[in-house]
Amino acid sequence: MKEELIVSGRMNLNIDPVLHIWHWQIPLYLFLGGLAAGVLFFASLYSIRNEEEKYSTAVKIAPILAPIAIIIGLIALLLDLKHKLYFWQLYTTIRLSSPMSWGAWVLMAITPLSFVWVGIHLKEVFPKIDFSQKFFGTLYKMFTKEQEGGVNWEWKFGWLTKLEKLAIENKKMLAWAILLASVILGVYTGILLSAFNARPLWNTAILGPLFLVSGLSTGAASIMWLSKSHEEQKLFSKIDILLIVIELFFIIHLFMGFMAGPQVQIESAALFWGGEFTLYFGLFVVILGLIMPGIFEVMELNGYHIHVAIPALMILVGGLIFRFVIVEAGQITRYLY
Amino acid sequence: MKTTRRDFIKISSLGAGTIALGTPAIKFLAGADDSENKGKSGAVTRTPNYCEVCFWNCAGWVYKNEEGKIWKIIGNEDDPHSYGRFCPRGTGGVGMYYDEDRLKTPLMRVGEPGNQTYKEISWDEAFEHIAGKMKEIGGKYGNESIALFKHGSSGKHFGKLMSAFGSTNQAGPAYAQCKGPREEAFALTFGEPLHSPEPLDIRDTKCLVLIGSHLGENMHNGQVQEMSEAIDKGVTVITVDPRLSTAASKSKFWLPIKPATDTALLLAWINVIINEELYDKEYVDKLTIGLDKLKDHVQQYTPEWAYGITTIEPSQIRATAKAMADASPSVIVHPGRHATWYGDDTQRIRAIAILNALLGSYGRRGGFYLPTKAKLPGFPSEKNPNPAWSWRDIEPEKYPFASDGVTNLLVDGSHPDYKGKHSIKAWFVIGTNLPVSIPNTKRTVEAMDNQEFIVVIDTMPTEITGYADIVLPECTYLERYDDIRVSPHREPNIALRMPAAEPKYESKPAWWMAKELAKRLGLDAYFNFENYSEVLDWQLKQIGSSLEEMKKIGVKKFEREFDDLYFAPGEIPEFFTGSGKIELYSSELAAYGFDPMPVYKPLPEPEAGFYRLIYGRAPMHTFSRTANNPNLTDLMKENSVWINPKVAKEWDLKNDQKIWLKNQDGAISSFPIKVRVTERIRWDSVYMVHGFGHKDKRLSRAFGHGLMDTEMITNVLIDKESGGTGMRSNFVTFLTEKPEKEVQS
Amino acid sequence: MRYAMAIDTLKCVGCSDCVVACQTENNVPHGYARDWITETVDGVYPSLELEFRSERCNHCDNTPCVRTCPTGASHIIEGGIVKVTPGKCIGCGACIQSCPYDARFSSPEGWVDKCTFCDHRIANGQDPACVEVCPTHCMYFGDLDDKNSNVSKVIANRKWKVLAPEAGTDPQIFYLI
Ligand SMILES: Nc1nc2c(c(=O)[nH]1)N[C@H]1C(S)=C(S)[C@@H](COP(=O)(O)OP(=O)(O)OC[C@H]3O[C@@H](n4cnc5c(=O)[nH]c(N)nc54)[C@H](O)[C@@H]3O)O[C@H]1N2
Ligand SMILES: Nc1nc2c(c(=O)[nH]1)N[C@H]1C(S)=C(S)[C@@H](COP(=O)(O)OP(=O)(O)OC[C@H]3O[C@@H](n4cnc5c(=O)[nH]c(N)nc54)[C@H](O)[C@@H]3O)O[C@H]1N2
Ligand code: SF4
Ligand code: SF4
Ligand code: SF4
Ligand code: SF4
Ligand code: SF4
Ligand SMILES: [Mo]
Repeated sequence: MKEELIVSGRMNLNIDPVLHIWHWQIPLYLFLGGLAAGVLFFASLYSIRNEEEKYSTAVKIAPILAPIAIIIGLIALLLDLKHKLYFWQLYTTIRLSSPMSWGAWVLMAITPLSFVWVGIHLKEVFPKIDFSQKFFGTLYKMFTKEQEGGVNWEWKFGWLTKLEKLAIENKKMLAWAILLASVILGVYTGILLSAFNARPLWNTAILGPLFLVSGLSTGAASIMWLSKSHEEQKLFSKIDILLIVIELFFIIHLFMGFMAGPQVQIESAALFWGGEFTLYFGLFVVILGLIMPGIFEVMELNGYHIHVAIPALMILVGGLIFRFVIVEAGQITRYLY
Repeated sequence: MKTTRRDFIKISSLGAGTIALGTPAIKFLAGADDSENKGKSGAVTRTPNYCEVCFWNCAGWVYKNEEGKIWKIIGNEDDPHSYGRFCPRGTGGVGMYYDEDRLKTPLMRVGEPGNQTYKEISWDEAFEHIAGKMKEIGGKYGNESIALFKHGSSGKHFGKLMSAFGSTNQAGPAYAQCKGPREEAFALTFGEPLHSPEPLDIRDTKCLVLIGSHLGENMHNGQVQEMSEAIDKGVTVITVDPRLSTAASKSKFWLPIKPATDTALLLAWINVIINEELYDKEYVDKLTIGLDKLKDHVQQYTPEWAYGITTIEPSQIRATAKAMADASPSVIVHPGRHATWYGDDTQRIRAIAILNALLGSYGRRGGFYLPTKAKLPGFPSEKNPNPAWSWRDIEPEKYPFASDGVTNLLVDGSHPDYKGKHSIKAWFVIGTNLPVSIPNTKRTVEAMDNQEFIVVIDTMPTEITGYADIVLPECTYLERYDDIRVSPHREPNIALRMPAAEPKYESKPAWWMAKELAKRLGLDAYFNFENYSEVLDWQLKQIGSSLEEMKKIGVKKFEREFDDLYFAPGEIPEFFTGSGKIELYSSELAAYGFDPMPVYKPLPEPEAGFYRLIYGRAPMHTFSRTANNPNLTDLMKENSVWINPKVAKEWDLKNDQKIWLKNQDGAISSFPIKVRVTERIRWDSVYMVHGFGHKDKRLSRAFGHGLMDTEMITNVLIDKESGGTGMRSNFVTFLTEKPEKEVQS
Repeated sequence: MRYAMAIDTLKCVGCSDCVVACQTENNVPHGYARDWITETVDGVYPSLELEFRSERCNHCDNTPCVRTCPTGASHIIEGGIVKVTPGKCIGCGACIQSCPYDARFSSPEGWVDKCTFCDHRIANGQDPACVEVCPTHCMYFGDLDDKNSNVSKVIANRKWKVLAPEAGTDPQIFYLI
């Protein structure tokens, strides 16, 4: 019999008996980051391709999700920091070796860009504001000149007007910038984890692209869900199916990589194969989060009537659970010595 | 349930209102002259002390940080006990001071039998009450009827008080629960007991034989450090233990003996060493007596015979005997310390002593050195009265070789079933947790219940305090003066303990309590000083030092008077035995009708489904006294029961599963204990660390954590020579369901 | 200058003095520890091997914990000692995730804490607190670049191993075996 025990000393909160330093905030943050990246990716992509009107949900409406997701994500991230008052230290330095650092900077960049993007489309998306909705009403009043008889989207502040003008004039450049930033954001949500070689489960290069694809897929699903145009729904349904196939391919690759890896990685893979995460991963992520919505979408494309909300919701929930599972399981895996 | 006169009271029954006495603490002299240590003005300061977490009494420095708060304790480089390094318990000693569960004020038991509680009283009230009771009980039954149980430095102050009062009924667990049989075995063989620290020349030994002694878990500091030094020098360690002890894992030879059979192994070794003429001939010829008789006697004890008993292969027995002889005389067959195992302990340790004599290790480099002590004169005081009787008279026939107070004999004299003339009627208990330290707790409790008055002086609300009529809170060793430590060693040396801080809460040092009580008993003449620092200063000045000097250096070493650390070549020393020689054959034992040479006697074995309970130390705890220490509970907060995987499988026990234990007499543990499935223990035994499973809720970190081995020790095999209480004769079985039993307290 | 530690597993008894000494020296709050003891038992009674190890941050040469720190709070000082500046640390946990030895923890105030090799003591020419207290004298501390230092000598003369070398961090605590 072989016994290995810690005799004394190790009782550090969130480290012992098993590492659990990241709780719900980080996976939620990663999910929302991926979602924002996905939405912004498609918005900028179709804007660049001059298909703004054809895919107006993607370009104009869905992007509203992005700043919301990012803000909630950032709040989650802040909640997870254990030394919150020092948050600003993130922006005193750029550390390229730290995904956390460039993630912070990418967010720094993409957040205002996403606001501007949403801003220049507001007039079109919300020609009317329902003032009985207090929140939006107040928000609206904060930024626009008060006008008799409703909405005119005339900014209260001169600089906003200038900014809007500038953005509209350079919309192509803005779109390119957002496209680039959204890809970085998407990859970042994956690389953040794979930078931690100490956690065998995360120690794989596939995690970056996998998270990017998954983020794109949640973005596409959201667009599909929000869209009222059948053509647009169809396009994003197709995109989604493609992304799901790629994701499944990556997942298979991920596990093959583990099985061919050192003992610690074989053991981490085992967490998903008869281990404590089998149910979550197998059922919620793979079956309900990828395969089933994929099938539903194919059926839908083939004329069966399935409400888009169903596969979309499944993909979104699947994506969220996926991040939870990877973050939780990854922390459990460790080197043995 | 029968209501007893004295119910166990949890001090917690005081409830939340325990804050403080109405009146502010009377500013006593304790520590009052230490204004220089109050950690003023932002500098790190240090004061000397010697450690009281165990009885090795290492000297060190108590550091205070810039804010004047006690920060850390570091060994004193000049100290031969610590060599500048404390063990984990000593390093964690700061926790004793900071423990917020400490006793805070004097307490008095009030209320009807069966419905009693404690109330807080002032020191004055406490002393008036105690002095009154002492006079009353002394008047009725004689002052001898008041007994003192003591352990540790502060016990000495009450020892002095009781001697002045006229009672030498004084005893501590360090004898009959610890090294009593060993001291007598060595005294019978070499004419002198070993005392503490044992004069073992471990650092220079070439072969160290550990029989049970689990150095590395038993953290007796000097020995652990010297063993490590010896390992560097290539020592051969031979460990005899039914468990893979830490020491066993560092040993060249580990003999995984069947427990309770060590005497057989020792006799077989003696057989080999004599028959193969491996002994130190010149030494044995000149210094010992009885070789011929011994030779005849051990012929029956061949290695082959011992194999059947001990499960140790004859080849291993021969190989290890050879290894010892190869190293002779730089070989130590360790005499052990906690020697009260199987009731044949004086005889077993006699076999160890004889083995050492044959190997010529006593008085030789790398064997047993000849210790010396500083000669510190006592502070002048009145001569003590002569008591009419003492502990020995309680059962005059028993334990003829006991040379020190036998705790269990005092318990016998206190028990309602005592038929003799010398009953004990009241107890003082200082620094010892009797219900935990003396086996057969039931009997101890019955004896306490039979007392008219019990005073307990302690630092913590441990089990013993629950039986007191008056509880007096002592401050910790970091907050008080005590006697100068004068210990036997290679060189004469002394060490100072002085307060590093004012006593916390209302606690006070024992010397002050003793003095205040003496005042009220009209015994002032025995406590002829205002502050204990005066006593120390006077004593120190007699040997060319002073309190002032000692405060700066903490430890002072002196030259040996003679160059006699070892016997000189060719020297034929005289031993303080009847014959003046090392007695392989003991005429003294024979004269009292005991075996003059050790004989192996088989002991009872566990029934099926039962396992022998053996116990020992964890390096980070001392007995029951550290189980609540915040620093040390961080290291280990409960004990576990070690079970061999084969047994665990049979019982379907898993790691960390909580189980209860039941012993051969039906005693059931109050608390469950976690299982540790480990190959480190034999399949016929289970093992646990002593000192856990506290029952007083007021010990907030220790309460209910782990299991108290003493609860399972109801069968006590008493060593007839010395009175030592053999505790390893108990067998336990496992209960996986919570037993139907009212957990006391 | 390259500070390192060597610990003799043939002498360590697992007493945990190094743990409590670190706690008092560095005022590590109760319930937390910068170093710890592991015990491994291998074999079947009575053919057994037992090893105790005193473990802490390995002050690696290749430091993922420093690389992944977004603020520069985790950094390397003179002699290769890996340290954390509390005032720069945001408590993001990236360094904790990066350490294959789980040697870091989040202090009650929120910044990340770990073994400092007692650099405050080294600055005064003292050994780290754990090294100085060890009753078996089984720890050696010093400069690997100095061939005559205790550590250099003992590493040159004895067999040793490091923990989880496959994690690739190039740890600087050597276990003598
Ligand atoms: N950390 C720490 N150190 C201490 C103390 C402490 O409380 N804590 N207390 C100090 C005191 S006062 C004392 S007396 C000493 C006691 O320490 P020791 O004198 O070393 O005590 P033992 O009872 O000899 O040791 C217990 C060992 O005996 C083994 N054993 C059990 N049964 C048998 C048997 O039948 N035969 C053999 N050969 N071995 C057996 C156990 O497995 C265990 O390893 O420790 C001292 N040192
Ligand atoms: N079952 C079992 N019984 C044993 C042993 C065993 O291993 N198992 N070991 C035996 C041995 S070897 C020994 S030496 C004895 C030890 O027996 P004890 O000395 O009785 O041991 P402890 O359990 O530490 O109890 C010490 C008591 O003193 C108190 N105390 C500590 N410091 C001070 C102080 O400065 N002043 C005062 N007034 N009180 C203080 C503590 O709070 C505690 O209540 O136990 C023996 N009994
Ligand atoms: S051996 Fe440890 S507990 Fe005992 S006196 Fe020395 S330092 Fe204190
Ligand atoms: S203090 Fe020394 S012997 Fe004790 S556990 Fe630490 S390294 Fe080992
Ligand atoms: S042990 Fe961990 S914390 Fe220490 S330097 Fe290496 S990776 Fe960093
Ligand atoms: S927790 Fe602190 S030290 Fe660690 S990576 Fe984050 S900012 Fe750096
Ligand atoms: S080097 Fe200092 S900080 Fe590191 S474990 Fe040792 S005592 Fe603690
Ligand atoms: Mo003892």
